[in-house]
Amino acid sequence: MNVTKTLLATTALTFAAGAASALDLTLVSWGGAYQTSQLKAYAEPYMAEHPDVNIIWDESSAEAVAKLRAMNEAGNITWDLVDVTVSDSIRLCDEGLAREIDFDTELAPAPDGTPASEDFGATLNNDCFVPQIVYSTTFGYRTDLVGDTPPTSVCDIFDLEKFPGKRSLQKRPIDNVEWALFCDGVAKEEIYNVLSTDEGQAQAFAKLDTIKDQVVWWTAGAETPQLLADGEVVMGSTFNGRLFSAIAEQNQPIGMLWDMQSYDLDGWIVPAGLSEEKEAAVMDFLKFATDTQRLADQAKYISYGPARASSAPLVGQHADLGIDMAPHMPTDPANATNPHIYDYSWWADNRDDLDAKFQAWLAQ
Amino acid sequence: MSDTTQTGPMRAADGTPLKTSLARALRRQKLRALMLIAPLLIFVLVTFIAPIADMLFRSVENQIVSETLPNTVRALKDWDPKSEASPDEPVFAALAVDFQVAAEQKIHTKLGSRLNYEDPGISSLFRKTGRGADDIGKEFMGRFTDADKAWKDGETWAALMGSDAWLEKQAEWAAAKEDGAREPRFAPRSEAADALPLTADAYRTFARDTQATGRKGVPDTKPWPALFTALAQDLATASPEALAAVGGPSAGLLAPAATAVAGFEPFSYKETFVGIDKDWDKVSNWETIRLYSGNYTPGYFLNAVDLEKGVDGVQTRPEQQRIYLKLFWRTMWMSMLITFCCLLLGYPVAWLLANLRASTANVLMILVLLPFWTSLLVRTSAWKVLLQQQGVINDILVWLGLVDDANRLVMINNQFGTIVAMTHILLPFMILPLYSVMRTIPPSYLRAAKSLGATNWTAFWRVYFPQSVPGIGAGAILCFILAIGYYITPELVGGTQGVFISNRIAFHISSSLNWGLAAALGSILLGAVLLLYYVYDKIVGIDNVKLG
Repeated sequence: MNVTKTLLATTALTFAAGAASALDLTLVSWGGAYQTSQLKAYAEPYMAEHPDVNIIWDESSAEAVAKLRAMNEAGNITWDLVDVTVSDSIRLCDEGLAREIDFDTELAPAPDGTPASEDFGATLNNDCFVPQIVYSTTFGYRTDLVGDTPPTSVCDIFDLEKFPGKRSLQKRPIDNVEWALFCDGVAKEEIYNVLSTDEGQAQAFAKLDTIKDQVVWWTAGAETPQLLADGEVVMGSTFNGRLFSAIAEQNQPIGMLWDMQSYDLDGWIVPAGLSEEKEAAVMDFLKFATDTQRLADQAKYISYGPARASSAPLVGQHADLGIDMAPHMPTDPANATNPHIYDYSWWADNRDDLDAKFQAWLAQ
Repeated sequence: MSDTTQTGPMRAADGTPLKTSLARALRRQKLRALMLIAPLLIFVLVTFIAPIADMLFRSVENQIVSETLPNTVRALKDWDPKSEASPDEPVFAALAVDFQVAAEQKIHTKLGSRLNYEDPGISSLFRKTGRGADDIGKEFMGRFTDADKAWKDGETWAALMGSDAWLEKQAEWAAAKEDGAREPRFAPRSEAADALPLTADAYRTFARDTQATGRKGVPDTKPWPALFTALAQDLATASPEALAAVGGPSAGLLAPAATAVAGFEPFSYKETFVGIDKDWDKVSNWETIRLYSGNYTPGYFLNAVDLEKGVDGVQTRPEQQRIYLKLFWRTMWMSMLITFCCLLLGYPVAWLLANLRASTANVLMILVLLPFWTSLLVRTSAWKVLLQQQGVINDILVWLGLVDDANRLVMINNQFGTIVAMTHILLPFMILPLYSVMRTIPPSYLRAAKSLGATNWTAFWRVYFPQSVPGIGAGAILCFILAIGYYITPELVGGTQGVFISNRIAFHISSSLNWGLAAALGSILLGAVLLLYYVYDKIVGIDNVKLG
């Protein structure tokens, strides 16, 4: 009798649960601390307000472009909202794999009524991409291994006499060739003009040649903090949030070098070809998750700057450590004295070509 | 039973020759056997062979250019790339129509990224032009509507370009307005298609696109500006007789429009395009479009072996872009070395496994299998901890005084790292086939050899080793084929000198989206493996391979 009752009750509960979670939304992100910050800042509050929506996470952003293309060819889109970098969003938009978004009507305005397109301002890049955060690729160094005078300029990376030892750089041409040209005397605003010529590219590789045998090349963002912690390298580039957690959360003897930090953006795209019902649900979530308060909330969990201008004054303290987050943001005035703004459209055109040259150069 | 004096062929009970009857019975048996394996065969074909074939086919596929810019490709045939001047007005006129139609469907950027693989810069040229191209159409739209307001209406266009039968069905559908009923599929008016070929093509694309995406009927949709560009070009060349032959409700508009077109101010398509982006005047861009206008291209394969298509035929790529042959060669020799290391380390272990007491052998077997069950990434990362300069091995060597603290050994992020880590990962694939073959070799053979006077070495080399060759063959093939396809381990521990061709394939599949090149590289790799397999079969014989 009891067993039957329990069974009946369980079945009823299952049905109730099934009815309650009527709509599943699949969000794709990068995993790790970044995805956790999105879960805490966007997904949990949204699900609290909308008990009928159930958010499922997938950690496939690194292969998002290839997977979306494959899904599109198979005619079966299983993702509803995808977190990608700007350069990937350009590819997706170009290939018709991402839905175009009308920023002013489909996204929330700032609290003072400024339309979204103005509030996002320069962070908007193409018609498909809704920015969330500004992060930067910058350098960290071992405070105990660089002697009494810590590095202050990005060109110290190329100075093997003052700072002997290995350095880690990302295994791709982006950022590295710009830093190389800058340290070879090219003015910041001239970098892309110089890079557009074969001689300019040769100049960049020649500069990189001077440190080539002292470089450890990384592909995953976690590698540089690990290499620094192990003492394998004295300085290395990585995403600023990774360095923040190594310094503030793990108390490693690592210092930040913000000079010529390379700004990049991360944000959402909505895959093209969703069903009307799914699309409506996703757009509602997107409007919520990219409003001023939500973007500011995310900065409680990770040291990436919100993409909206109106969010900046709302950035508070770290949720667990209780330290002020503003000084750790790449956009903080003290850190942004000499930032490098990288040219997305130049790279969209030349990425494959330069990458082939970069790989050939590495293999030499 | 049978007549012994019969001279003709033996016959079965029903009178057919025995041979035929037997063959029929055998065929039936074979068919039955085939039907038994059919589910598996179909499963493998559908889920494995077909997708691979489809993927590899991309290495030559190239319809995108001629499908997106059909008129331009046709007009470009008359252009001589050696003339060192960009094409003339007719090519740009065709481009104006093609480009606007493509931009309306948002497929111009896709073509841009395709051509960008061959010539960097085309992608942004196409993206930029996509934003400005419909200004051309709007200009003509203005001119036509100045001549007659009716041109603004979608209905005018539908009546001109659609067949009478379709118009009738369309009107019925529009009047009924039933829920869920689809608009009847557009059918073109044939005499209009003869008189106005460009416009008819553009209109068909417009109608299909509207019916596929729009919620409104074709006549209620605003005509694309591209249609006006096409119409202006068609009317300028159409013969009055052909125009007069066009029937339907809008036919009366054509003759006045043709007169109006004759009076249009001259319009330079070329200047307009060059005004949008001066790169349209660059010969190299047009060369690329022309070279890659075929439906199939050897371009990806040429790229995969460091060659490229030029105006004068195939040529080698510039020195600083040559990479793939080097990587293929490195993949081959390193995989062979890794296979050899596996054999060297695996052979004694397999021998021990096969010859120890069962209980000891079982413990040893677990030790062999344990890493096999551990995640690949964990094992690779473990090697990092061991091999790095501040790692366990270097620390021990420094502590022992064998290595100076300032000159720690570099054992990772180079070829050594890849070889060590991959040998460790592939070792079980060598040990297991060796073990299963060695277990079947009776120990009495060795004892017999020794009792006949052989030394330990002769007994092993002349008696034991030849019998273990089938296991070596199986293990070596397994290790080698797995090794040349590996990319995670080389990526993590290989640095710059220890990465394989598969790392580039992975890059082109997941980041650069150049699937054609990835497919070409993959096809070459597959071809190389099949060739090696063939050579192996010729030299050693594939019948000599035993997995157990």
